[in-house]
Amino acid sequence: MAECHPVGFQWVMEAKDRGATVIHIDPRFTRTSAMADLYVPLRAGSDIAFLGGIINYILSGEKYFREYVVSYTNAATIISEDFQDADQLDGFFSGFDPKTGTYDTTSWAYEGMETAAAAGSRAVAGRQPPAQAGGGGDELGGRGAALPHSEVRRDESLEDPFCVFQILKRHYARYTPEMVERICGVPPDQFAKVCEAVTANSGRERTTSWVYSVGWTQHSVGVQYIRGAAIIQLLLGNMGRPGGGILALRGHASIQGSTDIPTLFDLLPGYLPMPKAGVHGSLDDYLTSIKSDRQKGFWTAADTYVVSLLKAWWGDAATPENDFGFGWLPRINADHSNYQTIVDMLDGKVEGYFLLGQNPAVGSANGKMQRLAMSRLQWLVVRDLNLIESATFWKDGPEIATGEMRTEDIATEVFFLPAAAHTEKDGTFTQTQRLLQWHHKAVEPSGDCRSELHFFYHLGRMLRERLETSALDRDLPLRQLVWEYPLLQGDEPDAEAVLREINGCHLSGEKAGQLLNSFVEMKADGSTAGGCWIYTGVYSDGVNQSARRKPGSEQSWVAPEWGWAWPMNRRILYNRASADPAGRPWSERKAYVWWDEAAGKWTGHDVPDFQATKAPTFRPEPGIGGPDGLAGDDPFIMQSDGKGWLYAPSGLLDGPLPVHYEPIESPLRNAMHTQQSNPTREMFPRTENLSSPSPPDLGAEVFPYVVTTYRLTEHHTAGGMSRWSPYLAELQPEFFCEVSPELAAERGLEHLGWATIVTARTAIEARVLVTDRLTPLTVGGRVIHQIGLPYHWGVGGGGAIVSGDSANDLMGVSLDPNVHIQESKAAACDIQPGRRPTGAALPRFVEAYRQRAGLSVDTGTTRITPPGDGT
Amino acid sequence: MSRWTRTADPAADAGWKNAPPRKGFFTDSSICIGCKACEVACKEWNGIPEDGLEMLGMSYDNTGSLGASTWRHVAFIEQPRRAVAASGLTPLPVVAARPGENRSFDGAETGIRWLMSSDVCKHCTNAACLDVCPTGSLMRTEFGTVVVQDDICNGCGYCIPACPFGVIDRRQGPPGTRNVGIAQKCTLCYDRLGDGMTPACAQACPTQSIQYGDLDELRVRAQHRVDALHAAGVADAQLYGADPNDGIGGAGAFFLLLDEPEVYGLPPDPVVTTRDLPAMWRTAAIAGATLLAGAAVAFVRARS
Repeated sequence: MAECHPVGFQWVMEAKDRGATVIHIDPRFTRTSAMADLYVPLRAGSDIAFLGGIINYILSGEKYFREYVVSYTNAATIISEDFQDADQLDGFFSGFDPKTGTYDTTSWAYEGMETAAAAGSRAVAGRQPPAQAGGGGDELGGRGAALPHSEVRRDESLEDPFCVFQILKRHYARYTPEMVERICGVPPDQFAKVCEAVTANSGRERTTSWVYSVGWTQHSVGVQYIRGAAIIQLLLGNMGRPGGGILALRGHASIQGSTDIPTLFDLLPGYLPMPKAGVHGSLDDYLTSIKSDRQKGFWTAADTYVVSLLKAWWGDAATPENDFGFGWLPRINADHSNYQTIVDMLDGKVEGYFLLGQNPAVGSANGKMQRLAMSRLQWLVVRDLNLIESATFWKDGPEIATGEMRTEDIATEVFFLPAAAHTEKDGTFTQTQRLLQWHHKAVEPSGDCRSELHFFYHLGRMLRERLETSALDRDLPLRQLVWEYPLLQGDEPDAEAVLREINGCHLSGEKAGQLLNSFVEMKADGSTAGGCWIYTGVYSDGVNQSARRKPGSEQSWVAPEWGWAWPMNRRILYNRASADPAGRPWSERKAYVWWDEAAGKWTGHDVPDFQATKAPTFRPEPGIGGPDGLAGDDPFIMQSDGKGWLYAPSGLLDGPLPVHYEPIESPLRNAMHTQQSNPTREMFPRTENLSSPSPPDLGAEVFPYVVTTYRLTEHHTAGGMSRWSPYLAELQPEFFCEVSPELAAERGLEHLGWATIVTARTAIEARVLVTDRLTPLTVGGRVIHQIGLPYHWGVGGGGAIVSGDSANDLMGVSLDPNVHIQESKAAACDIQPGRRPTGAALPRFVEAYRQRAGLSVDTGTTRITPPGDGT
Repeated sequence: MSRWTRTADPAADAGWKNAPPRKGFFTDSSICIGCKACEVACKEWNGIPEDGLEMLGMSYDNTGSLGASTWRHVAFIEQPRRAVAASGLTPLPVVAARPGENRSFDGAETGIRWLMSSDVCKHCTNAACLDVCPTGSLMRTEFGTVVVQDDICNGCGYCIPACPFGVIDRRQGPPGTRNVGIAQKCTLCYDRLGDGMTPACAQACPTQSIQYGDLDELRVRAQHRVDALHAAGVADAQLYGADPNDGIGGAGAFFLLLDEPEVYGLPPDPVVTTRDLPAMWRTAAIAGATLLAGAAVAFVRARS
């Protein structure tokens, strides 16, 4: 965090000053480790074993927060007797189909919901028709998947063998400290210190938070890493409470914003799933599939969010008669995530590509595949601050040097449009706490630089002008769009007008024209409009709430008047859980929101995340759905049963509980199960994307080391913002690899000399930094060396002050099935002293490695690992 | 008062009437996270050119040292596993616990420590660079800081060997940049101080490792901090440049270090290089007078 988020790290330092213990778990010793009380190096890609070990410690040592667990989680809920766990099936859950590599999740359901789920509410249960297999899961945002209803059987003694709590206990029983050492390389005494610290610092009086970043997400099991932390936090009572939670640090200033109002193919604003072709013909089909009126919580009002969104987009043209224009929304028919799109590009299925502040030639895994794919486009639009490598690959990329591409063969027409920086335009950033912060334009953009808002507004305007006389149905969605924004200086659209549109307003009735103050005011009858329901309230009372900057010293410690947090300016979600079931704070020290019996309402330091006057003792009649179905002690109000999910009965494609699988490229056999790696991972077996073998397959010894990538404080991601800046470039001028003194001795690497790093994809060269900050680990009786690579450099580009080989060229593309994120934080490599071959000699050098390892397109693509250890 | 006499108030000593309290930096390396925001903010504000694109291999330090185009420099010192374990050094820069509070860890868990510290011009109470400047370009400001006046400096370079810390230097280039050939160093953002603003580096520092303020108050704060660290078992914590009785009369920019100054590349016992000038001048004067007297005697004798 100090390395990649130094400004945010000031709050960790402040917490430390107040007595907080900081533990850092990472393959490399970073600037964060230097400030930590305890640093724990572990093998890249082994985190589920580590987290599972903590879960086992909590459960077997009776360290969980029993009252919280019983009341606020699904620990007591009884699961279908058809469910079989990974410990029974040696690494698989029940329902796996070897032909498709996917699970039928029926048997994972809560008891009594299996038939309901199978009888027509398949999408509700989080599954998709077979035709959609491989299309990934629904994006769920801040909530669990839908349930057909919320009537569950519970055993609050937690002793029923089929209750979640007992399943959890059995599932993690094998995650012992010895197993943690065998998989992660963390000695038991060090592991015990982490377990003791985390549990001692959780409970009524204290809370612990977990912070992660792409070191957790960029794995073939990345979602399950986060699930592992979520289970720990629920067991210890650390959710919905001050000082608790799981904090996802983002790679850019507004990545949270780009999922809230999404740039993702399978989401509409506010985490509404994208409609699917052949499934969601009508608005009614869509609504019944994303919610059930018999489930609990606020998601049952999704119809008001959807209709208000359609009204914001199509205004008067959206009427009840035409399903409010639902038919004009595009449908998805398959996986169109980033990497699938790249593969489609390679196959000539994609004509054009917009890159906005993204540099995939350097920043995405398997850089060569990215560049080859872009060379097969008809056109490419690059909008960036600088002339990045993705705009110039066709003349100076690494493949031009090796002869694998020739400029004269590339027909891609590249348009480079210089972009305005954030200081040159108005707008918001939404950070990881869901806090929207307005930034004001400080200076006019120079030359031809323009904001994204300018670009898209005028692009839309010109497209609409061209289609004005079109009689084609397919052009209706564009022609009918509400596309009126006041223009400011330089034809720049007024960004505040866009924020008002997102906030939403009343369209008819007494309040017609007035801005909405809350998404609760949204209606499904077309009388309200709003571009993103969770952002409603950002313009409450007609004020841009995101622009508030009242200093912390002039307001309460929760600082509600700094910016604006969705939803409803709540700073901590699910904060009903900060009070006990009776509505009293768990402790004075951790008081946050509580039930005021005299006033008959919830109150506290933050906006209560609960129906304001619902008493803690309230119990709904059976069969009631929606917000009114929530009991007074159901704090997780967006969950379809009101509880935090230790066990996910639906919504995930690779299992209801995290299981340790090895990375796709691993030096080791899975010590936990016969099954080596995630059987549901997405794979792209093709010559541009080879994998190296892992045990039990032969040939793994050719790539004996673990390689991982990361960032440095001095640079920003693929370098587009930092390698062109002299003041940043000079601070880390050259691409380097970090190796331990032991590995340097083993391979003859010299400090400040050159090294060549080779994977199944390619070979790159880097200067060598020999450092004690990297340490060999003893894992499964073997010494495992890890090599660290910052990924900020690239070859080519116009005017970069520093350049170098790109670490991401080494990485392969295999994806987490839920969210289509690539496994680029753990791979297998070799390292040799000296510079890499150049020109045509480079592909020959890599080919020799492939032959030695016996690589083919099929290597590493076995879904079901055959029995036998093979090592 | 002589320029070479110890003084508590260098601004008044330089002739400023009603000078504001002396300003300075307290750089607390125990909470420096090595982000180098100070280096970048300094260069942005002061318009300093890029200073070389060479990888130095000195841990994450590719800046190397202070110089004409580097007025803040973050040093990175990796103290290896084996050496830290064997030496009995406090392995990590831990933050002090409050009295009566038990910390879960004694800080001895990593076996490696990575020291980071942002160096800067010390703005000495007795500043040799200022003493030797023949043009009066180097001046003492009303804030008690030492500043080069670019339009007066003639680039003679006398100040360069005079500095006991190797801070000041003449800018070598690149061609076309400002002040090439002129002596350059930290001004403690003289142009911000006049408007009541905080110097750029301290403003940018995310952890308040660089603290700016009245020197008297900073010294008290620093002493509290070092006492707290000692109480927490960080025996190696020490202040550097905070003592008005040291060889430079105390620094206007002083530091809290977690190891000996040499480890950070700082001289252990800096002395104003002009300290002995009065004695030297006296000796020279006596020698000169003696010579003159001898010549006079010889002349008189020759005449007689």
